[in-house]
Amino acid sequence: MKTTLAHLKRGESAVITDVSSSDIPLKLLEMGCLPGNTVVLVQVAPFQDPMYLNINGSHLAIRKETASLILIEKVAHE
Amino acid sequence: MSKQINVALIGNPNTGKTSVFNALTGLNQKVGNYPGITVEKKQGICKLPRGVKAHIIDLPGTYSLNASSLDENVVIELLLNKNDKDFPDIAVVVTDVENLKRNLLLFTQIKDLEIPTILVINMADRMLYKGISLDIDYLEDKLNTKIALISTRKNEGIENLKQLISNYKEVSIEPCIDTTEIDKDYFENLKNAFPNQLLYKLWLVITQDVNFGKTDRNKIDAVANFKTKTKADLKRLQQKETIKRYQFINEALDKGQTIDLSQAKDLRIKLDRILTHKVWGYLIFGIILLTIFQAIYDWSSIPMDFIDGLFANLSEWTKNQLPSGAFTSLLSEGIIPGLGGIVIFIPQIAFLFLFIAVLEESGYMSRVVFLMDRIMRRFGLSGKSVVPLISGTACAIPAIMATRNIESWKERLITILVTPFTTCSARLPVYLIIIALVIPEGRIFGLGYQALTLMLLYLIGFGTAILSAYILNKILKIRSKTFFVVEMPNYKLPLFKNVVLTVIEKTKSFVFGAGKIILAISIILWFLASYGPGEQFNNADEIIKTEYASQNLTDDDLQQKIASHKLEHSFIGITGRAIEPAIRPLGYDWKIGIAIVSSFAAREVFVGTLATIYSVGNDDEATIKNRMAAEVNPVLGGPLFTFASGISLMLFYAFAMQCMSTLAIVKKETNSWKWPILQLVIMSAFAYIVALIAFQLLK
Repeated sequence: MKTTLAHLKRGESAVITDVSSSDIPLKLLEMGCLPGNTVVLVQVAPFQDPMYLNINGSHLAIRKETASLILIEKVAHE
Repeated sequence: MSKQINVALIGNPNTGKTSVFNALTGLNQKVGNYPGITVEKKQGICKLPRGVKAHIIDLPGTYSLNASSLDENVVIELLLNKNDKDFPDIAVVVTDVENLKRNLLLFTQIKDLEIPTILVINMADRMLYKGISLDIDYLEDKLNTKIALISTRKNEGIENLKQLISNYKEVSIEPCIDTTEIDKDYFENLKNAFPNQLLYKLWLVITQDVNFGKTDRNKIDAVANFKTKTKADLKRLQQKETIKRYQFINEALDKGQTIDLSQAKDLRIKLDRILTHKVWGYLIFGIILLTIFQAIYDWSSIPMDFIDGLFANLSEWTKNQLPSGAFTSLLSEGIIPGLGGIVIFIPQIAFLFLFIAVLEESGYMSRVVFLMDRIMRRFGLSGKSVVPLISGTACAIPAIMATRNIESWKERLITILVTPFTTCSARLPVYLIIIALVIPEGRIFGLGYQALTLMLLYLIGFGTAILSAYILNKILKIRSKTFFVVEMPNYKLPLFKNVVLTVIEKTKSFVFGAGKIILAISIILWFLASYGPGEQFNNADEIIKTEYASQNLTDDDLQQKIASHKLEHSFIGITGRAIEPAIRPLGYDWKIGIAIVSSFAAREVFVGTLATIYSVGNDDEATIKNRMAAEVNPVLGGPLFTFASGISLMLFYAFAMQCMSTLAIVKKETNSWKWPILQLVIMSAFAYIVALIAFQLLK
């Protein structure tokens, strides 16, 4: 299912498909947020914002607003 | 003289770069600032095998060479400038074995600058625990470098690293990636325009966001034939470059690194489940804060009382031992009490820095940022504002510098503007001494009134900071893109050596920095208080003796009267009385007025100033506190420091902008006089009004 990272639920994982929005900071890409990489939502603060992610082993937190620019494809739960 | 080589330590934040620096240099290090900016510059000396000496610079942590902050800018500025006296003969890139992939991005960028580069893989002690194994030979070959696998925690591999550094001439300077492949035509043009330049270097200059290298960039832009890239185009290319770098890194790690996840034990997940929890997370954060404050006041009161008494004795001893004269009195009435005013709060500063260092080192601070972001955003701040607001309780200067990693300019500006409201350690001695004077010692619910007052003052400080942030957020019309990326590092047990070195170094720079000002002010104050113009001062003896001739005063009382008459007509007395009308409605006398005026150099001067003023012409051996308690209100009679004037004074100090160094930093960080001047005027006016109301209501 194609959606944005902002819609991921805690514990779910997905594959990043597109990060071409020019509002996504370069720093985020440099930390590994690139198409093809797997992302897991580790934890959310109240109101699901910010979001604590594990992108290919890189642990970082971003705001929901940024997450909504990152397109993903959810991985079905085994 | 033996040969000295320049070594630059480079790496992502949280890779233990500073531990490597400490391991290499030990106590052989000094911390200063880069000229013109307030970025910390750490350097040290390390002895290498075969008599080579290495001059090691610990560069600020950065995720890549695409700078997004002043700190990161320092790194590129040095690496692009071959003429810099610190330009490295060899770069040492420090990485964390658990985040090797991401950490290698920076490594490939440095390699592409064609600087000899060694790769340090730190935290090797975690490999077994995480199920990681590395094929070092393969990686050395693939990345075209020398690798040192080390563990600063276990102190392993450091000698090998030294050996590798001393062989710096044998390290390859071949780049990892051909950047030009991301847009062949563009780079072809670039090459034709600047045939003698390294293309990757040009590319970095062109793409930097920060002000750096404006002249260089303009020069490049001036060459018309390839001024064809818009900002968006450049960004797309940078994306392409990043993807390319990761492809290279993935290829290398596919064979060079194996991770057996079944072996991995993850403490992080368990800890994060509690520490970033919606309820427990906040609760634990609250408890940690409470513990810190409680600890600071309880633990440091013993050494503080000891220091206070020590300086009183020292002053007394000097007075008795040395022949009396101007020098002795300068020493015993000016310098020693003045210095006592600063030394006394070393214990508290040290404790505060200790806690902050532990929170930072352990990785917990990032969790606080995560927890607080949403709440802070309501007030126009960022989760990252929590770190400045907490470290503002030590000192506003490093706190304001710590705002640099806040990405949004508006959030950053608001943080800078409100941070001085947090109760910095310089306010502490003022609070402590006044609380001791005017707040009774009783207890309520097992908590002392005095401790509660102090706690309340901290809450007032935070509350005002948050509230003014809210107001500023509504007033300021700045549109800036907000983005927020925080690395959540692994939890680590803080390294004892790192924590101790941080505490020593911060306390030292605080004491010496403030100490210089305090010493100078003490001497000036002593002079101004010991000399005066005209009849009234110079003939004080005569005047008083005539005035009180009819009364039968004891010799002691007479001397006392003469001394205070002299002080009143000394230079300082004249100045003080000139400003007295302005501060009398707040319940202060001219001596406090002088202390407030001199506090504008730095708040902590307050106690030292009062100590100096009260000790001039006062022969009693006494601590600062006893002297203050003995002061009489010239207008109302009774003690000068009453509940009303004490509260008024504390509120004044809570709100007033009385720190020139903070103003200077704000000017530097905001690059404008507008903000510091606004801070000075608004905060001080607010302080005056609140103090006025408090005194008039309570008196």
